[in-house]
Amino acid sequence: MTAQTRTPRKKQNAAARISPVTAAGRTVEDGERLIDFYRRMVLIRRFEERAARGYTQALIGGYCHLNLGEEAAVVGLLSALQPTDYLFTNYREHGYAITRGIDPNRVMAELYGRVDGVSKGWGGSMHMFDIDKRMLGGYGIVGGQIPLATGVALAIDYRGGHEVVLCTMGDGTTNIGAFHESLNIAALWNLPIVYVIINNGLGMGTTVEKSSAEPELYKRGSAYRMASERVDGLDPVAVAEAAGRAIDSARSGKPFLLEVVTERLRGHSVVDPAKYRSAEEVAELKENDPVQTFGARLVDEGLLDADSLAKIDEQATARVAEAAAFAEASAFPDVSTLFDYTYATPVPNDSRRLPGQPLFEPAPIPEQGAAR
Amino acid sequence: MSIMTYRQALHDTLRAEMLRDQNVFLMGEEIGVFDGSYKITAGLLAEFGEKRVRDTPIAEEGFTGAAIGAAMLGLRPVVEIMTINFSLLALDQIVNHAAKIYGMFGGQAKVPLVIRTPGGGGQQLGATHSQNIELYYAFVPGMKVVAPSTPADAKALLLAAIRDDDPVLFLENLSLYNTKGEVPDDDTPAEIGKAAVTREGRDITLIGYSRMAHVASQVAEQLAASDGLDIEVIDLRSLRPLDRGTLIESVKKTHAAVVLEDDWLTYGIGAEIAATISDGAFDYLDAPVRRVAMAEVPLPYSKPLETAALPSADDVIGAIRQTLDAVGHRRR
Ligand SMILES: Cc1ncc(C[n+]2csc(CCOP(=O)(O)OP(=O)(O)O)c2C)c(N)n1
Ligand SMILES: [Mg+2]
Repeated sequence: MTAQTRTPRKKQNAAARISPVTAAGRTVEDGERLIDFYRRMVLIRRFEERAARGYTQALIGGYCHLNLGEEAAVVGLLSALQPTDYLFTNYREHGYAITRGIDPNRVMAELYGRVDGVSKGWGGSMHMFDIDKRMLGGYGIVGGQIPLATGVALAIDYRGGHEVVLCTMGDGTTNIGAFHESLNIAALWNLPIVYVIINNGLGMGTTVEKSSAEPELYKRGSAYRMASERVDGLDPVAVAEAAGRAIDSARSGKPFLLEVVTERLRGHSVVDPAKYRSAEEVAELKENDPVQTFGARLVDEGLLDADSLAKIDEQATARVAEAAAFAEASAFPDVSTLFDYTYATPVPNDSRRLPGQPLFEPAPIPEQGAAR
Repeated sequence: MSIMTYRQALHDTLRAEMLRDQNVFLMGEEIGVFDGSYKITAGLLAEFGEKRVRDTPIAEEGFTGAAIGAAMLGLRPVVEIMTINFSLLALDQIVNHAAKIYGMFGGQAKVPLVIRTPGGGGQQLGATHSQNIELYYAFVPGMKVVAPSTPADAKALLLAAIRDDDPVLFLENLSLYNTKGEVPDDDTPAEIGKAAVTREGRDITLIGYSRMAHVASQVAEQLAASDGLDIEVIDLRSLRPLDRGTLIESVKKTHAAVVLEDDWLTYGIGAEIAATISDGAFDYLDAPVRRVAMAEVPLPYSKPLETAALPSADDVIGAIRQTLDAVGHRRR
């Protein structure tokens, strides 16, 4: 990835990225908030590492995409969202689910395909959904969530509500038609929605430069006269502030496009060794690790020390172990529930046949010469 | 009871449902200022305003998806896709999202959405504008697909579709819009998933839906008058769920069936019907189930070619005679 299109983080002094909330003018609440950000970032980190382990142990199936490297982006974004606002994400969403306040036990149970999972085991890694927390998925089809999120914004507007929709997607997703159709519609109809591009530089193995003719992705908003901004996604505070501005704009009926420049620390999914990345790039990733750098920053600022860092880590590790134990103890859904969710309104003649069953009970063969 | 066109029945039902329920609103290309490509929504923009009659950009995936999202929050959007051909651009939103959301999230969100769209060929619109691809949606669990053939069913099935909490593809037909029939004044919805025996008979069963249910009735009347044949006609009305029981009961009585379909034969709706009859009434059949379907070509523009490719009443009559010949042969 080239410096001209990605935020030139390497050349950026870590201190320069620290938001106005620095030592001098900082209140106790500000300090607590920063520590809370860090705690949430560490929880995502440990959760995702545990998910990767569960996957290699074959406790988790399907595809499994992790938020490793995107912790600051996730935490910053969701800190700006009200509980009544709505969230749409893609398949890389475990971190969003737990940061949104869904019990990690239920998120892990979903990964394990158990009945206590957020989506009752019907969704899996890519399809976390919790109506109470207003997290409306988790979608495995690239770009599939974007028209849906736009429609929820339409419904809010229709009813004269004050909620906002936050819809995240990857950088590669901005090349899908649904992205452009949706931004156009939202801009035309002044819908209360923030589209967030999580630019981790890659769509699977394809770089932004190779897939997007305008690689400064936030600029794509201009085609729809939509306000847009790019922010450093390794800094949770900067993300929180940018998200706050974007959400304020959306709440006033001006949809917003926010590009969050971040990193993907590992492969596209758990099984991807990411051999397409150079050793130099990998070294740079380590240097930029948002959890490490943000922790170091809080130590620099005197908010945390080695002991408190270790304690936060321990707590996260224990929480995640509890989630894994809960998931493992949870039952698999009963096969008798297989036909429970085909239709919300039952209608006659809905098929409930299992693969080996005949459509009709075998008829007795009519007797020879039987009257018809 | 009043006599009205299929178009009028659709229009009046949409209007009545919008008056009944504030959550019902319309979206689609050219449905407002232009009054709808086929004038189903004529006058509704003036009556209900832009909030409830939304002219959309030409963005089938975008606006169909937006309707699905709005439905997830409890609104009851009725989307018009100009013709079923253009629904292909929204296929992902319909198949991968509308039909999946209820199940995939463990029953936490419903999608009370109606997609109204006409199929139909025979108007020299060429290969891309003359298709009958309702099968694509009828194939998908989570979808419901209904196909009214009469003004009365247009009303009753549209009422059912709007009040249903699942995504319903509501198949109309270009050639039916001007057809007339009796429509009851009360607003009793039809039962989705039920076929109708629209004519009772003992000699052979004709099975169709949408335009072809119409053709089936005409042919039955014609052969009753000319040949004294006693033909049973079944209008499927619902393609998913499919009312297999009604088909089987009929074939057990008549021992022969001809399926009329406006789509292509190979893998088409008729194939499913024939397989169903083979499964449920094999021992009762006196002849193979015959299918009358469109020729398997991208439909040509030129009139003689187009006419040759589309199933006609004469094709149906021929198939009936051949099937009855085979029946006679077997019963000897
Ligand atoms: C419509 C569709 N095409 C292809 C895929 C396969 N696929 C899954 S993720 C992905 C890359 C997406 O990249 P990006 O939008 O940058 O998101 P990221 O994975 O980096 O978070 C692809 C091609 C898919 N799931 N859906
Ligand atoms: Mg990416």
